[in-house]
Amino acid sequence: MSRLFPKCTRCNTSHFVTFLKSAHYVCSKCGFHLRLDVSTRIKMLCDKKTFKEIDKDIKSVDVLDFPKYMDRLQKSKKETGINEAVVTGECKIKGFPTTLGIMEPGFIMASMGSVVGEKITRQLEYARENNLPAIIIISSGGARMHEGIFSLMQMAKTSAAVKRLNDKGLPLFTVLADPTTGGVTASYAMLGDVIIAEPDALIGFAGPRVIEQTIGQSLPQGFQRSEFLLEHGMLDMIVSRKQLRATLGTLLSIHSVRPYEGEV
Amino acid sequence: MDKPVKSHASAALDVVKLARHIKRPTTLDYIKYMLTDFLELHGDRRYSDDLAMVGGIGFLEDIPVTVIGHQKGRDVKENVKRNFGMAHPEGYRKALRLMEEAERFGRPVITFVDTPGAYPGLGAEERGQAEAIAFNLYKMSGLKTPIVTVITGEGGSGGALGIAVADRVYMLSNTIYSVISPEGCASILWRDASKSGEAAEALKCTARDLCDFKIIDGIIDEPGDGAHEDHETMAKEIKRTVLCAVRQLIKFPVEALLLKRYEKFRKMGVFTD
Repeated sequence: MSRLFPKCTRCNTSHFVTFLKSAHYVCSKCGFHLRLDVSTRIKMLCDKKTFKEIDKDIKSVDVLDFPKYMDRLQKSKKETGINEAVVTGECKIKGFPTTLGIMEPGFIMASMGSVVGEKITRQLEYARENNLPAIIIISSGGARMHEGIFSLMQMAKTSAAVKRLNDKGLPLFTVLADPTTGGVTASYAMLGDVIIAEPDALIGFAGPRVIEQTIGQSLPQGFQRSEFLLEHGMLDMIVSRKQLRATLGTLLSIHSVRPYEGEV
Repeated sequence: MDKPVKSHASAALDVVKLARHIKRPTTLDYIKYMLTDFLELHGDRRYSDDLAMVGGIGFLEDIPVTVIGHQKGRDVKENVKRNFGMAHPEGYRKALRLMEEAERFGRPVITFVDTPGAYPGLGAEERGQAEAIAFNLYKMSGLKTPIVTVITGEGGSGGALGIAVADRVYMLSNTIYSVISPEGCASILWRDASKSGEAAEALKCTARDLCDFKIIDGIIDEPGDGAHEDHETMAKEIKRTVLCAVRQLIKFPVEALLLKRYEKFRKMGVFTD
């Protein structure tokens, strides 16, 4: 792909990179929200120079001695410049302090192995210890096959950590970007106190191809897209990328005050 | 009797085949042999009664328990009715409803896992398969009563874990528990589902592997050449292990029980830091 004229992954239109950047990487022709790397996300969401990364150096191990896994890890590290498929930290959004996790779709499709599970869990524990909310920007193909059962167990680990955060009266907000599927959807993605999706993102448990193979017919138009999920009661709202920072700011603001102490 | 030595790949595939054996005892078989006064309870109170997930209450010796499990069929007709043990969201919601009922009355929960996976279909997606599983993981991590899980056949990914966030997890000796089916893995890795033997080995998903990884608490040996040969003996062995675990767990104060459960899953994962 040309660096100067990247193409929309949906409609194939070429855009001058400067224009695309100023449009938050939303295609001006078809409106598709292109996949974003972590550093662009940070720039778009956080107050200037407030993002402080935590747990940067946790790295994956080829625990099963799985075919070609080390090569894929090395390649992803090189291409993305980060150690794993999620970056976590603390920042401010519209002046409100929060923890923030951002998944990197360029890193083995941001699949969840031990490291992604551990970093998300540590983010949630950090939030709990420091009385901060948690925001996770999600984009993931699901559990990471290459780490077998250890990947599956990250679903239980992260979900339990969300429970402990909530039990202390602290919120999790999840933002589902294209694509959000499999074991990540079936754990922390769907456990947000408020669940936001970017427009037209693929969101589901099973992948569309698996479903087509199972039921032996092609899927209806718009199936498993954000608008479909909103219609079926699975999301709170669809927010365009342009509005995302403002919406998160409002959510943080409303959740920053507890008018009635009650019982947590 | 000495068995011929096999390569590891075919050994893993043999376990997969036994785990899926059509004559293997099902959840309702185990219930029949293990419990007295069993009453099956139905429905998720939201949409329907998922026949791929069964549950109810009864006595395990002198202890009232709630039992929940995937239910496969013994022939094609019954498997169609049971959807081959692949639950829809309502199955997971029914399981959670029964767990919460157990929690209210301080009754231990026993779950039996035997599923190829949660069902991948139109209705399942429309009704929130991912949400149903996620919510079960969330709620089970804090359920204020002991939970014991036995993997009795196929532990298929999120569909298995959705009823397996437990204080003790055991596997029968010829079972698997995996993030993806060997066939699914093979078609992704080599674009060839017939290489499931190699995939089964690569995934390291047999009871022995998971015990070595310390993901599970123990293996329950199957009689003869597999559980399908002698349902009653298998049930007896499971009952002995489960009863022992339940008797231990009901002595824990609830805070300690929940903290230990959190720590059990918290420490799963391998990485460098």
